[in-house]
Amino acid sequence: MADLRCTFAGIKSPNPFWLASAPPTDKEYNVVRAFKAGWGGAVWKTLGEAGPPVVNTASRYGTLEVNGQRMVGFNNIELITDRPLEVNLREIKQVKRDWPDRALIVSLMVPCVEESWKSILATVEDTACDGVELNFGCPHGMSERGMGAAVGQVPEYIEMVTRWCKQHTRMPVLVKLTPNVTNILGPARAARQGGADAVSLINTVNSIIAVDLDAMAPAPTVDGKGTHGGYCGPAVKPIALHMVAEIARDPHCAGLPISGIGGIATWRDAAEFLALGAGSVQVCTAAMHYGFKIIDDLVDGLGNWLDEKGYADLPAVVGRAVPNVTDWQYLNLNHRIVARIDQDRCIKCGLCHIACEDTSHQAVAATRIDGERHYEVIDAECVGCNLCMHACPVTGCISMVEVETGKPYLNWTQHPNNPMRQAAE
Amino acid sequence: MPDIGDIAANRLSADQYQRNFDDIEAPLDRKRALVEASRCYFCHDAPCLEACPTGIDIPGFIRKIATDNVKGSAVTILEENIMGGACARVCPTEILCEQACVRTAQEGKPVNIGALQRYATDWLLDRGIQPFQRAKSSGKTVAVVGAGPAGLACAHRLALLGHAVTVFEARPKAGGLNEHGVAAYKVPHDFAQREVGFILSLGGIELRTGQALGRDVTLAQLRRDHDAVFIGTGLGGVNALQLDNEALAGVEDAVAYIERLRQADDKSALSIGRRVVVIGGGNTAIDIAVQARRLGAEDVTIVYRRGPQNMGATGHEQDFAQTNGVRIRHWARPVRLIGDSGRLAAAEFESTAAGGPGRRFTLETDMLFKAIGQVFVAAPVSEGGQALLELQAGRIAVDAEGRTSLPDVWAGGDCVAGPDLTVSAVQDGKRAAHAIDRYLRNA
Repeated sequence: MADLRCTFAGIKSPNPFWLASAPPTDKEYNVVRAFKAGWGGAVWKTLGEAGPPVVNTASRYGTLEVNGQRMVGFNNIELITDRPLEVNLREIKQVKRDWPDRALIVSLMVPCVEESWKSILATVEDTACDGVELNFGCPHGMSERGMGAAVGQVPEYIEMVTRWCKQHTRMPVLVKLTPNVTNILGPARAARQGGADAVSLINTVNSIIAVDLDAMAPAPTVDGKGTHGGYCGPAVKPIALHMVAEIARDPHCAGLPISGIGGIATWRDAAEFLALGAGSVQVCTAAMHYGFKIIDDLVDGLGNWLDEKGYADLPAVVGRAVPNVTDWQYLNLNHRIVARIDQDRCIKCGLCHIACEDTSHQAVAATRIDGERHYEVIDAECVGCNLCMHACPVTGCISMVEVETGKPYLNWTQHPNNPMRQAAE
Repeated sequence: MPDIGDIAANRLSADQYQRNFDDIEAPLDRKRALVEASRCYFCHDAPCLEACPTGIDIPGFIRKIATDNVKGSAVTILEENIMGGACARVCPTEILCEQACVRTAQEGKPVNIGALQRYATDWLLDRGIQPFQRAKSSGKTVAVVGAGPAGLACAHRLALLGHAVTVFEARPKAGGLNEHGVAAYKVPHDFAQREVGFILSLGGIELRTGQALGRDVTLAQLRRDHDAVFIGTGLGGVNALQLDNEALAGVEDAVAYIERLRQADDKSALSIGRRVVVIGGGNTAIDIAVQARRLGAEDVTIVYRRGPQNMGATGHEQDFAQTNGVRIRHWARPVRLIGDSGRLAAAEFESTAAGGPGRRFTLETDMLFKAIGQVFVAAPVSEGGQALLELQAGRIAVDAEGRTSLPDVWAGGDCVAGPDLTVSAVQDGKRAAHAIDRYLRNA
């Protein structure tokens, strides 16, 4: 089987699957269970300053259910660890001692004061953990206190705090980024500028996941009131993939390791992050939904896929799709495809027709042949948008076939309709 | 234990009777309904809808279940089929909507439309919601004969459209076959009466029970006293085997027995043979065979003169009989009933399989049920031995909208030609109601 060993910003783990900083990594008990199950690493739930810990609410979670599928999206208003700092540090030290081959990274969030960071870094270093992750991402609660996303949304703060941390520790410093910004490159470049060894993203997306229409309050509801929380789970994966790709193809961030986070529930999700440049991946919601045993398929599935494709190890695949991520203006406008319906597979649901008829280009004709429903693509009307293919419930029934136009590659920058076009020569 | 004529009540424990005549399929709870509803593709020009005799917007009602708009879902169903609750339980969906479901083509497993329809209609009935409001009174009156699915569907739609309806029912209870004919475990917990109550709760419908056409009222009277008449009397007679000895004790008419069973509060009081033979191949044959088993008969055999694909009962019903321990013997017909001291002892059969007159065999039996079809009895619509309206193939002749040869008389349900299904009867009644409405408004 392919070699799944992972070296990320100098941190080694037997596989690229780490548990993200979150409730599953709040205690020795949980993390040990995860390591026993086979997880490659864990980012310990965020530690705060010494002194009285934060206090959490009941309840803390809300979910988005789609067609009976639970937790397609997940939302939380939980803060950082609510256990005493010294208890966490003691347990981290013990776990690292007992599980030396696993990656153990500690997430940190303290006020934006150099002394605070310096002080906690010293105590964390004493645990012999493999690195720290600066939590500049949490969009709720802590951000009201000037931490988390309040820092992550200001590139200058990111750079400043990262620089402090690099000055005050020998450990690798990962900077965890919030997606609640207009352009992820600002924070990513700032992290690199400050000397970060890596970035990890995305943290949760600011959200109100649902409104309880009986209580007339956002969910999760705490004694009649609710607040915005952090959104995660499978539904945020597309947002995360985009942000990871943006950093991976940014010349200013070239070579900066990326730990991919956001809705990873299967080995295929993980493979997509790796292809877009993530060197390791972090998982939380899927584990919170099904327990740690999902690691078995994550590892097994990724390994089988690498074998099937002939990739010997992770470096062979990391970033492999990045060269194919481009700007819209460079897409070939002369590329033409049309939909094809495999009549033998068609179950006559008519969804391709109605989607195209009502909302697109009237390119799928609905007829009856001997009383039987029949759906056929009108090539001349088909623009190749592939909506019908997505609406079709039968895998492989509608495919998009290339039409030879005999025309050369032509993008928008060269297109006659573009007043700002460049000369073709 | 007598060797002949072993017919006895109380063959099972109270608990067994209770279980045997309870719901054959547990209703869906909300979670399961949502999951099942999510399997619906919401097809365009949906094949299931086309396959439903009443034309229920099936994808539409399923989508409303999926969004927790259960009331809206129930109304979508009931607007087209006021007996949507009964049909959810008794429809042979495997040859109607679920056969047409695109998931049948895709994966051999249709959306469970029947169970979803039951989920929505039960929701509404359980809450006692009346979703309909009658139109302003038309001042017209209509007589409906027969309070079965056709008659009640017609009466409900007429009342909804503003007409005053009087329903004449020969039996003490309304509901027709849902109350008297369908197997008990398909409509347990007095469902038929609950549904009748729901239909009547609209208002504008007067139910007169114990009023039989041709006995207590005549067609001429009804035509005189009302602006229009709808006949939905069903089939009043049963076919005989045409054998000697049909009067032996132990030879029973399945329809009559099922009616007794349906009206018996205490199923343990019903006498059933230890060894039972059923002659026939339709749903009645299946229903009596399975119910005989569930009353404690040890050995139940259906004998049918042709093959499985010729049976009136669907494949699903045949499977159901067999999983209930009923044996089905095809290609044989009864030729002799053998008695002993006035009691049935055995029946002799002849093979009807291809290749000429067949081999004969004998089945020892304590009870034999005739389930070889029902017939329309014209006497109630006749005067002096002459039918007052035109008949066709032994039933009342009607045009495309259910009108008989008499301009003010419509008919529907089993007493006219067509599939003998609850859902078809409901459609007949509904369609006739609209025709009657047009007739009354143009009169």
